Amino acid sequence: MRPHLLASSPLRARELVEDEPARPRPATLEVDVIPREPMPRLAIEPIDSDPRRRAAWTPARGIVFVAVLLYVGAVLLLPLGALAFEAARLSVAVIVRGITSAAALSALKQTLLLTVVAVVCNGIFGIAAGLVLVRQRFRGIGVLDATIDLVLAVSPVMSGLAFLLLVGRNGWLAPALQALDLRVAFAFPGLVLATLFVTLPFTVREVSYVLAEVGNDEEHVAATLGSSPWRTFFRVTLPNIRRGLTLGLTLTAARALGEFGAVLVIGGAIAGRTDTATTFIYGALEERNDAAAFGLAIVLALVSMGFLITLENVRKKRARS
Amino acid sequence: MNVTVANLTKHFGSFVALDDVSFQVRSGELVALLGPSGGGKSTTLRIIAGLDHPDSGAVAFDGHQVEGDHARKRRVGFVFQHYALFRHMTVAGNIGFGLEVQKLPRAEREKQVRELLRLTGLEGYERQMPSELSGGQRQRVALARALAPRPKLLLLDEPFAAVDARVRQELRQWVRRLHDETGLTSIFVTHDQEEAFALANRVLVINHGHVEQEGTPLDILDHPATEFVAKFVGDVNVLDARVEHDAAVAGALRVPLERATTDRAVRLVIRPYDLKFWREDPGIATVTRLFPLGDRVKVEATIDGAGTLMSQFPRRSSLLRGIEPGCRIAIEVTQARAYPRSGALPSSPLRPMLRDASARTNAEIES
Repeated sequence: MRPHLLASSPLRARELVEDEPARPRPATLEVDVIPREPMPRLAIEPIDSDPRRRAAWTPARGIVFVAVLLYVGAVLLLPLGALAFEAARLSVAVIVRGITSAAALSALKQTLLLTVVAVVCNGIFGIAAGLVLVRQRFRGIGVLDATIDLVLAVSPVMSGLAFLLLVGRNGWLAPALQALDLRVAFAFPGLVLATLFVTLPFTVREVSYVLAEVGNDEEHVAATLGSSPWRTFFRVTLPNIRRGLTLGLTLTAARALGEFGAVLVIGGAIAGRTDTATTFIYGALEERNDAAAFGLAIVLALVSMGFLITLENVRKKRARS
Repeated sequence: MNVTVANLTKHFGSFVALDDVSFQVRSGELVALLGPSGGGKSTTLRIIAGLDHPDSGAVAFDGHQVEGDHARKRRVGFVFQHYALFRHMTVAGNIGFGLEVQKLPRAEREKQVRELLRLTGLEGYERQMPSELSGGQRQRVALARALAPRPKLLLLDEPFAAVDARVRQELRQWVRRLHDETGLTSIFVTHDQEEAFALANRVLVINHGHVEQEGTPLDILDHPATEFVAKFVGDVNVLDARVEHDAAVAGALRVPLERATTDRAVRLVIRPYDLKFWREDPGIATVTRLFPLGDRVKVEATIDGAGTLMSQFPRRSSLLRGIEPGCRIAIEVTQARAYPRSGALPSSPLRPMLRDASARTNAEIES
């Protein structure tokens, strides 16, 4: 059926034209369609729905709410509460004495030192690896990418064991290390290796994510404006990835602080030498030195909480920008 | 600055981005690279800037090869489609970046930034961050930033594609005026033929990694070298036709040939504005639809025994009198071009076989 249209009724005509089901147009008219570039990305923020507007209460929602509360309570709040409660029953003097013993202070120092090393190394390597993974194309990039994530799947105890096979007394590298008179296993360098292993992916991931998001047009512009690669890095790239980097390094620090299995296996938790905060707490519990264990656990929890707050602030800032 | 681009080729894997691209831009010209996306225009621009490198071929500035020179040594201003402003720097910081790199004293730098802010109409915005600006303002900041270190060549990659239509018009005029005042050699990439024709002294149509045609806007509009160019630089009707004696015949439509051709089959390319329709019984075609487009009306008609034609007329034109869907019409072709039907090499440059073929009156149209 052919719609009967008059040129003097444009609105009606358009309606009819648009209402008519699409039918294949003759091939000779394909030329009408000029190829278009992809739509430009619009700089429009999605409109968030108001978070204060809550859904109405229903029995089903109530059940889910109670279930979540019980779960979080049992898994998280109860043990943390118990820790705080038990610690509170001990006198402050006893706790202070517990955590100011030479062994405890040494363990805490080791942990903080390891955290600093992990943050510095991951800061440098994370940016470099992120740049390589995002900005370069080469064969095997997928393998490298997956290898970095492997850490998340491997148990830390296994990584400690793997390092022992390398640098232990009968390890592959033992002759070379002996020749150089280097002690790695059951010494600080071993702890460093184990910590670096378990903290590897965090900074790389966050930095890669941000690098991919910001693209490299700005770097290209800087180059055409005469900027050297170093200047471009410090003036353009680094400020652009600063938030991702902070987030990655915070995660790295939290992981380094809490690492237990890997440092235990390769370090052996030798008091005053390779004992870290976590292995010290474990050892103190075994020796029924509750005051020291609780005390150091609380110190560790406070430091971690500090990181957590930093992390939240960074996330909020990122969400806002 | 004269720019010579010679025999550029570039592959991305198995995709041929550039296939032997050569052209010259004379000092002071404003040249458009026009073509569909993926045709190789942006790649060409990036190679000229030193942001990308060709597999073979060379780029020369004033006769000196620049292939070995890093982008930062080339003194080429580059403007990206999506502005690529330094997002953590203020407007003034962005514009001043190139001057800072040149280690200009602060006072001198600030003076030049102020001058550029004035030139781009961005006074009062120097402390703003890029995210606080509109698209048009951002693009002006990007232009000011590119101009600050006094480049010898300005490259613009789809500079107006991301801003809305009204702002685009303003920016175009502004760029045209800027070019006229400074005489800065400029090359810009666009997929919008109107933009290319409105701005450029010279247009290069690029498709499938090679230059299909280069010439002035009028050259390209009136004498498209290939079917691709004819189709790309505006709406066209394309009809498959066979050659009979001295005319190309598509169904009931007959268009006399100006020159003899040995081709038996050709493609007729007719612009909508080179057609006239009027009511006539029996006529040679049937009007199928009318599309009101505001100030113009588009008319679709089906030729007896051939395909469909589109034409456009001003809304109050006498040519529309009595035209309505279902009516029979006669057709006059005031200008058409025929291209050999080339199945094997759809994009190879072809010489037109006839020029300005026209059916003078409907008497010459068989019915």
